[in-house]
This record gives sequence, structure tokens and C-alpha cells, in this order.
Amino acid sequence: MNVFDSLLEISESLRTHKTRTVLAVLTVAWGIFMLVLLLGAGRGIQNGVELQFKDDAVNSIRIYQGKTTIDYKGLPRGRQIRYDNEDYKQVRGQIDHVDKLTARYYVGGDSTVRYGKQQASFDIRGVHPDHLFLEKTEITAGRYINDNDLTERRKVVVIGAKVVERLFDEPAPIGERVSINGISYRVVGVFSDVGSQDEEETIYLPITTAQLVYAEPERVHQLMYTVGNASYQESKDSERQVRELLATRKNFSPDDRRAARIYNNLDEYKKITDLFYWVRVFVAVVGVGTVLTGVLAVSNIMVISVAERRREIGIRKAIGATPGSISRLIVLESVIVTSVAGYLGLIASLGLLELLKATVPENEYMYQPDVNTFVVVAVTILVIVSGTLAGYLPARRAAGIDPVQALQPS
Amino acid sequence: MIELSNIAKSYVMGEHRVRALVDTNLFIDTGDFVAIQGSSGSGKSTLLNILGILDTPDSGTYTLDGNLIANLNGREAARYRNRYIGFVFQSFNLIHHKTALDNVALPLYYQNVSRRKRNKIAMEYLEQVGLGERAMHKPSELSGGQSQRVAIARALITQPALLLADEPTGALDTQTSEQIMSLFTEVNRHGMTVVLVTHEPDIAAQTKRIIQLRDGDVIRDERLR
Repeated sequence: MNVFDSLLEISESLRTHKTRTVLAVLTVAWGIFMLVLLLGAGRGIQNGVELQFKDDAVNSIRIYQGKTTIDYKGLPRGRQIRYDNEDYKQVRGQIDHVDKLTARYYVGGDSTVRYGKQQASFDIRGVHPDHLFLEKTEITAGRYINDNDLTERRKVVVIGAKVVERLFDEPAPIGERVSINGISYRVVGVFSDVGSQDEEETIYLPITTAQLVYAEPERVHQLMYTVGNASYQESKDSERQVRELLATRKNFSPDDRRAARIYNNLDEYKKITDLFYWVRVFVAVVGVGTVLTGVLAVSNIMVISVAERRREIGIRKAIGATPGSISRLIVLESVIVTSVAGYLGLIASLGLLELLKATVPENEYMYQPDVNTFVVVAVTILVIVSGTLAGYLPARRAAGIDPVQALQPS
Repeated sequence: MIELSNIAKSYVMGEHRVRALVDTNLFIDTGDFVAIQGSSGSGKSTLLNILGILDTPDSGTYTLDGNLIANLNGREAARYRNRYIGFVFQSFNLIHHKTALDNVALPLYYQNVSRRKRNKIAMEYLEQVGLGERAMHKPSELSGGQSQRVAIARALITQPALLLADEPTGALDTQTSEQIMSLFTEVNRHGMTVVLVTHEPDIAAQTKRIIQLRDGDVIRDERLR
């Protein structure tokens, strides 16, 4: 049987029952609309949360110093653990999956920064060049701290956008000199940070310079590194290796979690992705439920359609329609109704998502709601499969109609 | 052409078992023109449905054009109805949302004839029943006589060996009935076997043979010409 002929037959039948057709289309279109909208909104919420992680590298591990809480090898608890340059070198040399690594030296005390007559107080940190990747800072002018700065212990600083705002009249004061605690530094770069505005009130200088100026040549306050493309499990292994390395070097128990406080950002990230797994499950259950309602509605409408067309089907059988040709027609009609409806719903929901994307400003609860090609393909398959299912029972009923009974004069 | 032997058929209606046909034997030769008469409940409709393979007998054998009609599945029965049998009903049974032309062409749709070709053939048959200019009208725009002529064109389009008609003039006035009967006579003259069920004696009188049924049994079998 030629497809074009079947389509003509179906379009005739659909046109004959306009109200019924429109109702069926609306039901399924609504189901698909809700499903896609929910998926898009779910993605938007996820993007919003991920935006909050943008501040720092998602795959970073931060190592803070702490105090021992367990007596170990004759050493009493309550001992302050301090890191140094050698810890930095050993982490670089011995720990697996270390990608970008930096130490931090916090300049304490009075950190008044002067430029001409302007002055203000900012966070001041000595860091390695890799620090750039850990905070996900973006250089907007000049450059970041580099290796030569470190080896030559140059008195240079990279300053946040907020620092520029407070001290300077121009947006890119490269080459200008600022004074920190009376010592003069040359500005070599300006950075911005999309994730955190506080970060933009920070001044960075080469860690070796900071150690020299503040007379603590070996001192490090904190270590941070990223694990590259390592899996969650590999990052946990890496974290354990660091703890063991530091425990050996500093003589504390490897079980003493307070001596070296290690934060793996992937832990947080995993919590969130786990949460979104369940959000997606929820959305899928609700969405598929809605689509299922649509399928049942179409199925119901097809049952009514078959009942209404009992006589017509009887006539068709009397003049030689096979049961197969009757049921094919019903299933095809159902598939066409759900497909057209599905696409209307899909287009409507994609349109609304685009509208939301264009009009709702960036915020941490909903950001760039969207669905991907996979969802579009999946919805296409879903409407065809559900259309077939919706048509199946009515089609079987239609195929089983007894022409003798159907043709009896009413 | 048609050979029925020992056909029996009964229905359950409520708590009663109604015997529609009791051990019916019938032989109809090719080219015959037969009227089946009988009062309501005599089994004539059941007989016609069995002849048309719309219904199956409880027992007995039915041979159509040399083919034993037994144990057919839905697909095979549909094929026989489509190729061997043309139906004409009292209430015309046209599909109301299709034009006269599409109604006539429908049996060829089930023979996978292309749309263009079947519409061309359908037009020829509509011309033959004198309704060429009504081809694009829906059944609701046709008179009873016109509707029945469309139905006859539809029954004839597959060139069936056997034309079955169930009270074809039952819903028509005398003059229109004459037109319809002359169409049947014409068709029969060209060699087609025609079996019609009627309760009108003057309609039956225009056929070649009258078979009278009562309580599911043949009580009279008279050859007129």
C-alpha cells in the first residue's frame, strides 16, 4: 500500500473529525511542552549552580595548615603544622595527578596600599604563576605573575579590577607604581573574576618576593593544586597521597584530619551533580508521566474514533480491506497525530526557553535554560513510539470489527 | 459457481439459540440471476453473508468458483471478498466523507492500484451507471437512487465473479427501483452471476430464479426463465 495514499486517507479522516483531532493534538503537545520545559529548566538550574563554581577550578584541592589533634610518636596534640617551600616541591614531585600547583603566602598585618594620594586596604597574597588557573582569574590588561618574577624576586604586582577602581583613574594602570607597607611595586597586570567580586579586591605578588620582603624565605601558608582530567576516584587518591606525604614530613598521624585540612572541591561538585541526578530523575518521572497522560488521551480518542467509524470500517472490510490494512491506518493516524502534536509542543517549549534565555538576567538559580540535540532526538523517538502504542489497542479493536454487525442497519 | 452443501448456522440471542440456516443445500450456476425471498428471520440475510464470506457457517461446505471457502484467516477472506465478490446493500453503505469517485475507487485501493489509474477506472464505472457528472459529490448530496448506483459501480469495479445485493431496492421508490433492476439485468446479461435478497415479489419476478426460504430451509426453488 502506497504511503501517499495512506496519508490521503488519514488526512481525510482527520479533517472529518476536526474537534477530536485538535483535542488530541493539544493533549500531546502539552505533554511534550511540559517535558521539554522541565528538562530545560532543570538544565538552567544546573547551569546556575555551576556558575557558582566558576569562581574556582572545579577540580581543585586546597591544603590548609592546622593543629594536630592526636598524640603521635611522642609528640603531643595541639601542635601547629606549618608548610614550607619543600612541601611545595614534594607535592609537585611525588603526588599523582597534580596539574596546576601553587602555594600561597598571606601578607598579614597592616596592608595599606598607596597610589599617589589614594590609599586603601586589600588582601595581599604571594603566589606561583599557576595560581591563575586555580582562581580562574582572567587577565584584562598586562600579564600575570611569571617564572622570571619568581627567580628574580621582582617587586611586581597583579591587581584586581576593584583595586584599580579604588586607586586609579584609568582602567589599565600598567607600569604604575603602588606602595604596600612603604615598599614600591610595579603593576604588571589587571585581572577580573567572574565568580567572585571579593576576589577582585586582591593583590598578587610573586611568592618569592613576599617571602623575601617579609623575611620568611621558606614559609608557605597554603597549597592548592588542580587534578587535571583525573576522575573523582583519582582525585580522592591524590588527596590521600598528599595527606600521607605531609603526615610523614610533619610527623603527624595520617588519621589526623585536623593537622592538615584538605578540601577537595570535587567533593562539593559531586554532591551537586548527585543532587542533579535526582532532579533529572524527578523531571523525567514527571515529564514522562505527562506524556503518558497525553498518550492515554490519544489512545482514548482513537478508541472513540474507531467506535464512530465502525460502520466505515465494516464497509471497508466488506469490499476487501484486510485487518492489517485497517490497523495500519489507525496506527499511522495515531503516530501522525502524536508526531505533529509532539513537534508543536517541542517548538513551543524551545521557543519559550529561548525567550527565557534572552530575557532573564544571569542569576544563580537559573542560567541558560536549554536542551541539547539528544533531548530533541529522544522526544522524536518518544512521540513515534508513544503514538504507535496509543494506536495499537484501538487498531486491534478496529481490525477485529465484524462487518456483519457493523453493517446492520441502525 | 456456487455450491453450498449441508450448511448450518445458528446464533445465540439472549438465552435462545436461533437456528438461522438448517442443513441448506444450494447450487447456483455461473451467469445465473437469483432472487432469495423469505420473511424476516427466514435466514436469507445469513445466507447472503455466508455467500459473501462475511460470515462463516457452523458446518457444511461452501465452494466458490472452484475454491473451497473454509478456515480462511482475515487476510485471505479479505482477498476473496475483494477479488470475487461485489456487495450492494439496502442502505448503500457509502463512506460519507468520500466523493462518489473515491467511494467507487476504494476497492481498487485495496488492490494497490495507483490513485491515478483507479480514479480513471472509477470514472468509467460511474459513467456506466450514468453518474459521470456527479463524481465529485459527497453521498449526502446524492439522491437514494444515485447513491445506490454509486454503490453498484463500487461493487462492479473489481469485476467480481459474483454480485451480492441485500434488499438493493428496499429504500427506493418504484421508478428508481426499476432503474436499479435494469442495471442488475444488464450486468447479468454480460455474464456476471447476481444473487439478490428481496421481499418484493415484483423485484424477484425480474430475475431468472426464485429461491424461497422459511425458518432456515429452502421451501421453493423456481426457475422463471
